[in-house]
This record gives sequence, C-alpha cells and structure tokens, in this order.
Amino acid sequence: MAPTGAGKTLAGFLPSLVALSERPASKSAPRRLHTLYVSPLKALAVDIARNLDAPIAEMELPVRVETRTGDTPAHKRTRQISRPPDILLTTPEQLALLIAHREAAEFFSGLRCVILDELHALVTSKRGDLLSLALARLHRLSPGLAAIGLSATVREPDELRKYLVPQVQALPHPQDLPREPETCRPPSPAKERGKGNVAGSPSLPMAMLVTVSGGAKADLRMLDLGRALPLSGHTAWHSMPAIYDLIGQHRTTLVFVNTRLQAEYTFQELWRLNEDALPIAIHHGSLDAQQRRRVEAAMAAGQLRAIVCTATLDLGIDWGDVDLVVNVGAPKGASRIMQRIGRANHRMDEPSKAYLVPGNRFEMLECQAALDAVEEAAQDTPDARQGALDVLAQHVLGMACADAFEPLDLYDEIVSAAPYAGLTWESFEQVVDYVATGGYALRAYERFAKILRGPDGLWRVRDARTAQAYRMNVGTIVEAARVRVRLARTLRGKPGTVLPKGGRVLGEIEDEFAETLTVGDTFLFAGETLRFEGLAEDEALVTRAPPGTDPAIPSYAGAKFPLSTFLAARVRALIADPFEWDRLPRQIGEYLQQQRRRSILPGERDLLVETFPRGKRYYLTAFPFEGRLAHQTLGMLLTRRLERDGLRPLGFAANDYGIAIWTTRDLSERAAIDADFIGDLFAVDMLGDDLEAWLDESAMMKRTFRQCAVIAGLIERHHPGLKKTGRQVTISTDLIYDVLRKHQPDHLLLRAARQDAATGLLDVRRLGMMLERIQGRIIHKALDRVSPLSVSVMLEIGRERVYGEGADEILADAEAELLQEALS
Amino acid sequence: MAAGLRLEKTHKHPTLLLAGETLVLDLCGGVWLAEHRTLIVSDLHLEKGSSFAARSGQFLPPYDTRETLACLHEAVVRHDPARVVALGDSFHDARGPERMEPGDRAMIAALQEGRDWVWIAGNHDAAVSEGVGGRYADTLSLGGLVLRHEPSPEPVPGEIAGHLHPCGKVAMRGRAVRRRCFVTDGTRLVMPAFGAYAGGLNVRERAIEGLFPNGFTAHLLGDGRVFAIGRAQLTRD
Repeated sequence: MAPTGAGKTLAGFLPSLVALSERPASKSAPRRLHTLYVSPLKALAVDIARNLDAPIAEMELPVRVETRTGDTPAHKRTRQISRPPDILLTTPEQLALLIAHREAAEFFSGLRCVILDELHALVTSKRGDLLSLALARLHRLSPGLAAIGLSATVREPDELRKYLVPQVQALPHPQDLPREPETCRPPSPAKERGKGNVAGSPSLPMAMLVTVSGGAKADLRMLDLGRALPLSGHTAWHSMPAIYDLIGQHRTTLVFVNTRLQAEYTFQELWRLNEDALPIAIHHGSLDAQQRRRVEAAMAAGQLRAIVCTATLDLGIDWGDVDLVVNVGAPKGASRIMQRIGRANHRMDEPSKAYLVPGNRFEMLECQAALDAVEEAAQDTPDARQGALDVLAQHVLGMACADAFEPLDLYDEIVSAAPYAGLTWESFEQVVDYVATGGYALRAYERFAKILRGPDGLWRVRDARTAQAYRMNVGTIVEAARVRVRLARTLRGKPGTVLPKGGRVLGEIEDEFAETLTVGDTFLFAGETLRFEGLAEDEALVTRAPPGTDPAIPSYAGAKFPLSTFLAARVRALIADPFEWDRLPRQIGEYLQQQRRRSILPGERDLLVETFPRGKRYYLTAFPFEGRLAHQTLGMLLTRRLERDGLRPLGFAANDYGIAIWTTRDLSERAAIDADFIGDLFAVDMLGDDLEAWLDESAMMKRTFRQCAVIAGLIERHHPGLKKTGRQVTISTDLIYDVLRKHQPDHLLLRAARQDAATGLLDVRRLGMMLERIQGRIIHKALDRVSPLSVSVMLEIGRERVYGEGADEILADAEAELLQEALS
Repeated sequence: MAAGLRLEKTHKHPTLLLAGETLVLDLCGGVWLAEHRTLIVSDLHLEKGSSFAARSGQFLPPYDTRETLACLHEAVVRHDPARVVALGDSFHDARGPERMEPGDRAMIAALQEGRDWVWIAGNHDAAVSEGVGGRYADTLSLGGLVLRHEPSPEPVPGEIAGHLHPCGKVAMRGRAVRRRCFVTDGTRLVMPAFGAYAGGLNVRERAIEGLFPNGFTAHLLGDGRVFAIGRAQLTRD
C-alpha cells in the first residue's frame, strides 16, 4: 500500500524479474506462465507493458512480456495458450475467460506470482467479486502462488490483505470436509497469519502488508473567490474565470468534475473564456473511444494545457506532466479527492498542487471537511463487499466450461475468496440450480439444462454452444442501454430536413436520456450544443445548434457519487461548532449565523427538522446529510407515512444534505397537538413493509434487476449468431421483473437485486444507520417562514424530479417564488 | 378527434363506437362487446418464456403463461362473456401448447367451460396443435365488426385486429411514459398485446401510423384507467 505516485506498480514486478532472470536456461522444459498482472483498465495493462519493456531491454533479460485484452487478435490468443509468455498483463474479464478455458489447469500450473493493480478500485465493485473468484481458482491450480496487491492508501488495509489469500473454511457444510486447507495456504514468505486476533474468532489468513508512507504533503486549498456563493447548483459558473487563470499559470492542469454534464458545461465555459486559445480538451466515458484515445495521446505528448475529465481518469495512468489538479464541485469523499490530487506531479518528493472549487455554500462546507481529512490523511474508502450472487452464477458456469466440477470442491474454493467467505452451502446450491435450469420453483426447464450432473456426481456444461454463449457474455460491467450520437447532415436550403447516416459519431448517450428528447431539443454533448433531430434505428441524429444557443435540456447526470458517510459526519461537526467557522470562508460563517438566529443549528449527532408555511403549502425540511440516494428513499417513505396520517403530501425534493416535503395540511399545527408526531415520523420501523413495497416498484430496482439478470446470464447480451441491442434488453427485463416478482419473489436474482439495492442505488443500509443515530435526537423547529438552511434544499424543488403525483406545475411556480424570497 | 368516436374520457374503461357497435376498451387490454357478450383479447403469446429456453438456452421465468391467464381470468370473471375471441398469436410458437404446464392447461379448460372459445389464427401460431379446446377460425364477423389477426393494408370499416402490439409514448418534463394502447381512427381498431412478455411497437412507427392516414387516437393503458392521447402528444421511441 502506497500513496498515489510512489511507483508501486514497477516495484510489484521486481521479484518476478529477479526470479525470471535467475531461471536456469533450459531449452527442454516447456515455458510456463510465471507472472500474471491484472489491472482494471485495458489501457493501464498496455501502459505497464510499455514501461516494463524498457528495463527488460536495457538489462537484456530473457523475459517475454505480453498483454491479453479484448483487442488481442484471435491467433495471438491461441498462441498465448500454447506458448505462454513469462509475464502476461490482462484485465479481470480476460482472466475469467482464461480460467474457464479447457487448458486452464495446464496453462496456470507454473504460475508463481499474480499482481493485482489498483486493488482498492477493483474490490469495491462486482468486478472485484469476479476477480476474487478467479484468484481462488488460481490459488488452487497453482499452490504456493504469491499474490501481490497494489493499492492506494485505504481505510481498512486488512480487508485487502484477506482478499489476496485463501480464507479458511468459514462455515461447515453438510459433509464437513475441511479439504486439507494447508494445501491451499502456501507457506510462501510473502504471506503470514494475521496478527489482529479477535477474541473468540479464529484469525483469518492475511497477506503481508508493506506500507510506503510519506510522500510530500499535498498543497491543497479551497478556491475562495471572496464573495457569496449561490445556495444551490453544482456548476461553479462563478469560478470559471479563476480556473481559467490557474490553467494559464501552470504547465498542465487536470480539471476533475463529478458528472458528465459538469464536464460538458465546464469545458464549454472554459473555451468561452479561452482568448489565448490554450489547448484544452475534454475526456469522459460517453465520448467516442477514438476521440478519447486522441485526447490521451495528446496528453501523453504534452500537447495539452488542460483536460476536463470525470472519474474515467481517476486511475493511475501516467499521462505527462500534470502540475495542477482542480476539482470542481463537491469532493464527496476524502479518499477520492486524495487519489485525484495524486494525479498531479506523479512523484513522491514534490507536493501535489490542487484546488477544490465548491459550487455552492454547502459544497464549501464539504470542501473544508475534505481539506481537514486530507490534512490528517484520514481515509473513507468503502467497506469490503459481500460477494454478489449474480457474479457467482456467472463464475459457476465458467467453471463448468473449464472442467467437470465436484460441488463440494467448488464450494470450498469459492468460500476461500474473501467476499464469499460467508456464503452458505444452501445459497451455493441455489446458485448451481439457477445455472442449471434457472432456479424456478416451476421446474419447466429441466430438459434444457445448461449444466448437467453426471452419474459420477460431477457437473458438466451441456454443450459447446452453451460454453460459447458463456464466453460471449463474461464480465460484470453492464452498460446502460446506449444510443450512438451521430452528426447528421442537413439539406441546405431545406432546414429541418435531415439526411440519415451522414456525419461522424460523437459518442453515446444513455437510452434513458435519449428517451426524454423530442425533436428540436438542444443539449450539451462532446463540448458542443447539439440539436436533437430524431432517432434512426439505434442512433440519435443531431445537428450543431447555431452559435449562442443555450442548451434547453439540462442533460444527463452521468456518474453521481454519494457524499461519503465520513465527510457527512465532518460537515455536521463543522456546522455544530461555531469555533470552527473561523476557518471557513467568511460568507459561509455569516450564513450559519443567520441560521442560528432564525432557527437553530443542530448538534453533531442531531437531526434538525423544520416545519413552516409557504404560499398555500406547508413544508417539512430535514437535514440528515446522508447523500441524495438515501434521502430520496427517505423522502418516499416519509411521503407514504404522511399520506397515511391524512396530511396530504404533494411531493418531495432531495439533495446530498437534506430533503423537503410539502403538504396541504399544517404540519406545525399537528406537531403542536401531538408531541410524538415528528419522532414517530422518523421511527426506525419505516424501513418495513413500505420500503419493500416501494423498492419493488421503483424504476431503480428494475434497473438493478436488469444488471443482475445480465451478469447472471438470464439475459444474454450477446448470443451466438445474433446480436441483441441494449434497447431490447431493457424492454424485456422490465416485463420479466414484474412477472418474476409476482410468481417467485424469493428467486435468486431478486435476492441479488435487493442485495445490490441495500448498498448501491438506494443506499437503504445507510438510511437505516441514520435512523438509528437520530432516535431521541430530533430537534423540531416550527417556523413562520423558511430558514436559511431550508432554502438550500427548497431550491432543489422543480430542478429534481418530483415524486408526488401531478404536483409538478405547482412546484415550478414554488421555485420561482422561492428564488425571489431568497434574494430579497 | 376522428369522426364516429364517442369518448367518456374519465371512465376507467372508456367506450368507443365502431361500425355501429359499442366497444368497451377494458383496462386489461381487451375489448368487451356487451351486446354480443363477447370478450376479445389479442396476442396472448402464451409460452413465450419457454420458447426462449427451447431455442436459445435463456431461462426466462416460466410464469408468463400463468400471469397472462390470470389477467384473462380476471376479465372473464368481471364480464362473464358467452364468447371469448383470442385474436391470433395466442401461442408464441406452434409448439407452445406442447410445452404448457398441466396447471396452465387446466386453467384454459376452466376458462373455456360453458363458453364459445374462438382461436383466430395468427402468424406465430397459424398451425396451432390441437388439444387446447375451443374452435379455430381465420376471421370472425360480429354484427358490423370483422375480427382478424393482421390489420388489412387498406381501410376496412369495423375491423378489429391485433398483431402490431401498439405502444404509445408520452414524454414531458424530462420523463417518458410508454404504455400499451388501443389505436383507432373511429373506423378500425388495433388492439394492444395481452401477453405478459409481449413487447411493443411505437404507434408512431410507419407500420401502425400508415394504417391511419387521417390520424388516430391512442388509448393508453394507465395504472388506474385508460387515457385517450392524441397523435400530437405521442412521441417516437
């Protein structure tokens, strides 16, 4: 574990290079793969290969290094199996394919070392689950294998240490066969037993930890314009001239933003200011791959002065000489911001220079909290994952493709992977049943089974076609259904007439966003304002809007990160302690003073609830600081509760810090009559039936289910002989979801989807923790008008989708009125 | 609004006058002809789930037939029709009946009990095997109405057809709602698909729009009632 920029990647290869160079030169023994390197990015693997080639050539080492990615041609793949290189660089998906290969046992039999790069980034996702299962198989195929994980600094290094080595049999299964655990736990010097012995529980094996500490302290500050920031909004429009000036003063600047919309907006604003015509580029996941490669190449060649980018550049590719990082918008997490800062000056001995640019007053608080966290080097990387069942289903089919498997053996192997250490035998059996025939109570598909159990008790894949379908669908990255954005040609003299299939492809947009567009809508994409001209098959045809056109559609969100629990707690602490305000920009201190005069400032662990009338409506606002996702779920549950109490809620709005709900009945009056009203409203039991009912209906759940269905192979993205488009998959999984939910609500895939929802899109777990925290600590203030704190969340009304029925019109008006009041 | 159309917009199941006959557009997606005591449903696509398993090894939940029949059962109980007409593509493929679960088969038999049951031939199930009860027909005339699976290319007054699985989409305020729908110009009607796994074709596609040169109204199946939406409010996919 080492700070970003410490050079850990090349260090990881040193033992292998030493071992390979000391290898006796034997012509007779067949060459076997010695070292496997896995990175989350294809580009990173290629990059590392380049960086390895140089020292190997310099030292004239007899070592062959090759990459294997989705781009590797078929003949090279075949050759790599029959004549393996010494070192192979690849991705988790390609590794999954390799271990599912019929020759896998032979291919990996000589493997001595596996290096997992950027492990901190991998383990937080389903890709990490998939990789852990592959690693378990490698440990079995090659006992004595040394696993090396390379990671940025994380909060819980022990989780990564467990991830690397086989975990002891955690749960007994029916026949309770320990399967000689010593053979899968190599006595390699690179491993040692964990020292953190918890009383009563056996210590689990962990990899040895090498920590590279230090590194020059980052020169990090908040961009302070010395004037009041708006109460809401994330674009940081007010800071663009200052950012432009900073770009002018540095060699190369990385401008990180949180969403693709923000990337587009920032890019356009910077170019509007760009009188010196500085080479400024944009990079995000929706852009055409070729365009991204061009930007990366220009960056590496030092031709760019700035890149506006999203999380796609978060990982450790070394692109040229970055001497400044600017993070626009809320940092959302301390570790995230530290990794981004690390992109500047990829050297240990020089301080990284970076600015945080808040978009609104709350983001100022968040930036200050992040600054404090970086100062203390406090980390808030996510908790270790519980392995996903859909990923496991994919893996089980893959293992059947590799070779016949004995269920008990495979179970032992799977629970040796840290994310699956808690998997019960029953769940494993259900997964096998699912893979075989779909796992339905109505046993309709026995005769079509994908894997079959022979008289010898071993499971085998049905046929070559099933194995081919597996290979075509491996992986856990489920792309949202997308449509290509193509520049259309228009007929001159005939405006509005679009010739299909004209110009070049600019990139892709999510199907869901394309769905909402109507002809004539303008939106920002690829750094331009585009006019939507219509859909032709799977392409959105667009033209360039006339210069000066403002985009009408606020565009799509792209990746949105929730505010980390850790930063949220720090923001609450900042607000609660007036002595801390001196460290904040002056205007934010004044804002908090005002809040204290007009209402109250909640303590660090308290929940502030305000009720007040406005216009013909009554409002309730609350500030849990638990992130937008948890708040949306909370808003929905509170609305249902108010509905049942006859208080007629009309809708709600949420942001990262709080929620606002509006009703037609006076909530302050109700709270005055019934002292328990507010407390009951936020009682923990809200996470009961209402939640289940709503979750199951929600569009987010359907999206989650779709991902699980694709990963688990219920829906095949690619099918031998025909290609299914994302659009078709979307339609049918919604129908499938509805039917399955009704007829077999405990089906494996519904369980998998609910497990995802608990931590992912809906953040239910976090909501539950918040409700526990605030019991008995709710401070209710009945006010006669909106407080400064409440204004910030009220401004989300009309900007965010409204969940109440038919309330949209009212709320657009409410926003206009509110803005006036906030300004007066 | 097209001529000959009488609507009670706020009614859960609106009525429509077609060739002198009164049609109730049922929220379940069927048409109820009270005077003929006839219930029409189209494109049931029974055993679509199992057809995927048989053809491509994708194990979709095998409950679509059960679900479709449960919806049909609900409508049958509500109207107690003397006759039920399944307007073609009742099975997703010709071998569908063979794959049907015994429970589902029994359900169909129970629904047919005491009723005239007509399977109109569709393109998916033109050669449906015997053994599921009822009688078979290519078309059926009821008063001024003609019932057939595929809409005729030329306008036929009083024609009720299915086949196209029409869906209407409304996009407003950054949200899009896409629902199955009836499509009519007051002289002919295209029915929505009834089957649980049946997909949908946007009414603004040429295949549907082309049937109604003088414009049309789509009746979208909402959650609580049927909504009449004009062509101008309907967007393409």
